Amino acid sequence: MIGLTHYLAVSAALFVLGVFGIFLNRRNIIIILMALELILLSVNINLVAFSAYLHQVHGQIFAMFVLTVAAGEAAIGLAILVIYFRNRGTVAVDQADLMKG
Amino acid sequence: MHPIFASIAIAGPETILTLGSLAALMLGTFTPKHRALVVTSLFAVAILGVAGFSLTDAPAGRSIAFDGLYVADDFSAYLKVIIMAAAAASVLLALPWLQERGAGRFEYPVLMLLAALGMAMMVSANDLLTLYVGLELAALPSYVLAAFSRADDRSAEAGLKYFVLGALASGMLLYGVTLVYGFAGSTQLDVIAQLVSAQAERSIGMLFGIVFILAGLAFKVSAVPFHMWTPDVYEGAPTPVAAFFSAAPKAAALGLMARVLVVAFPGKVAADWQQIIMFIAIASMVLGAVAAVAQTNVKRLLAYSSIANIGFALVGLSPGSPAGISALLFYVTVYVAMTLGSFLVVLQLRRPDGGTVETMADLAGLSKTQPKLALALAIFMFSLAGIPPLLGFWPKFAVFQAAIASGLLGLAIIGFIASVVAAFYYLRLIKIMYFDEPAVALASEGSPVNGALIAACALFCSPLGMLAMSPLAVATARAAAALFPA
Repeated sequence: MIGLTHYLAVSAALFVLGVFGIFLNRRNIIIILMALELILLSVNINLVAFSAYLHQVHGQIFAMFVLTVAAGEAAIGLAILVIYFRNRGTVAVDQADLMKG
Repeated sequence: MHPIFASIAIAGPETILTLGSLAALMLGTFTPKHRALVVTSLFAVAILGVAGFSLTDAPAGRSIAFDGLYVADDFSAYLKVIIMAAAAASVLLALPWLQERGAGRFEYPVLMLLAALGMAMMVSANDLLTLYVGLELAALPSYVLAAFSRADDRSAEAGLKYFVLGALASGMLLYGVTLVYGFAGSTQLDVIAQLVSAQAERSIGMLFGIVFILAGLAFKVSAVPFHMWTPDVYEGAPTPVAAFFSAAPKAAALGLMARVLVVAFPGKVAADWQQIIMFIAIASMVLGAVAAVAQTNVKRLLAYSSIANIGFALVGLSPGSPAGISALLFYVTVYVAMTLGSFLVVLQLRRPDGGTVETMADLAGLSKTQPKLALALAIFMFSLAGIPPLLGFWPKFAVFQAAIASGLLGLAIIGFIASVVAAFYYLRLIKIMYFDEPAVALASEGSPVNGALIAACALFCSPLGMLAMSPLAVATARAAAALFPA
């Protein structure tokens, strides 16, 4: 029987993958955007699993909102990426160093 | 009356801002191009004014709307007034800059309105769902604003960095939200508090949730160890946008932090988050003070100054007491005036080649070329440093007093030391302005509106501002009391 802990473990694994995808990736900013989506999806698994476990609908409604916001966030992220590419001609992560920090 | 209408009436400021931002977008689209920017900006300021004014008519006490998702009380009303005022000032101060460079780009005030709407929702959030949606509504326009100078390499890079780190922070916050929801069984803040206090022992999952939520919020207020984005974004983003980032979003995020921690996690859980807040406060004060010493860029300096100031404000949150929250609100009020004033002066100055001031060396001998602006900047710097007769001293005094009253003597002592170190770089800027020989002759950009805003901020931060202290004390005490049910 698959229980709550299994879902939480999958979601935690996805979350960690997403975070590492942002920090260990030195190549491409598009991969960072994919990692961000992975984080938001892991959150959704958590929400739906808890919602089923607690017999409440709140978690699933929350997941709907997260999906919507994630779509808007991806759109804005890609728009900024396009501006950046137009100026610099590259989307490599280690080229983003005009300002030290 | 159907409950939905009552809810919309309670959420009056947000309703006005929603309709107003849609109307502003239409207005900008259908106005002739050469007038679109000015018309939309003035309309946005009017909408912010109406939204702020509608707060005066709100019923006293606590009103819950949308089935517990939204709360309107004295705390949210106080912060909303600051947010509206800071956002309106940010729209006005950007106008000359926009007319000069991005002719006709009326999206700027519309994005400001949407961000202000998100911030108003943040401080009124009574549910983790409203918290998240409000936070994102404030953040998404901010990413666009940071990248607003499309043709400028540094602005695009600032937007990109802000977006990636901001999205990561909201992801972490959201992960924490799911854990708190799962282990408490509700997303409503006051219900979480009841459920948590009913639990026999504290769950480790809940603790993880609080830590993740705090990490996300610490990013939004740019507190150490989540401050890395701040100097880069302030340096790369257009100066009016940096001014906006340093004021209204900080007030909103600090308010949100205070409400979530005090309302949802009181009692025995409080000891857990107090340790985290104390660590963040100490790290921010120390790093903000030490790292700023080596800076040569004015905007980076102001970025580190805002990190240090957030640390001081968080000292007020650490005790979790009504006195502490009231000191935090007082600090935020004065900080917003000081930081907006400093950015306004930087924005008002022009180098002979028409560029804006970037390095501190540009400011050398400012007292001889622009004595009035130099005096205003000196007032802001003395005030940020917390030199007694100026207003900036009193909120620092209030947060330390609140910390000592709750037995956090060590925290207050570290704060005192950090503020002495920080005084070094504020005073160094004053020395550069008053005692160095002028390198370049700086001109004033000469916008009368910005001049008036600078004068207003400078008067507020000068010793004359102490006249405003007793009404502010009454208002902050009432706002803080709203978080603590009697």
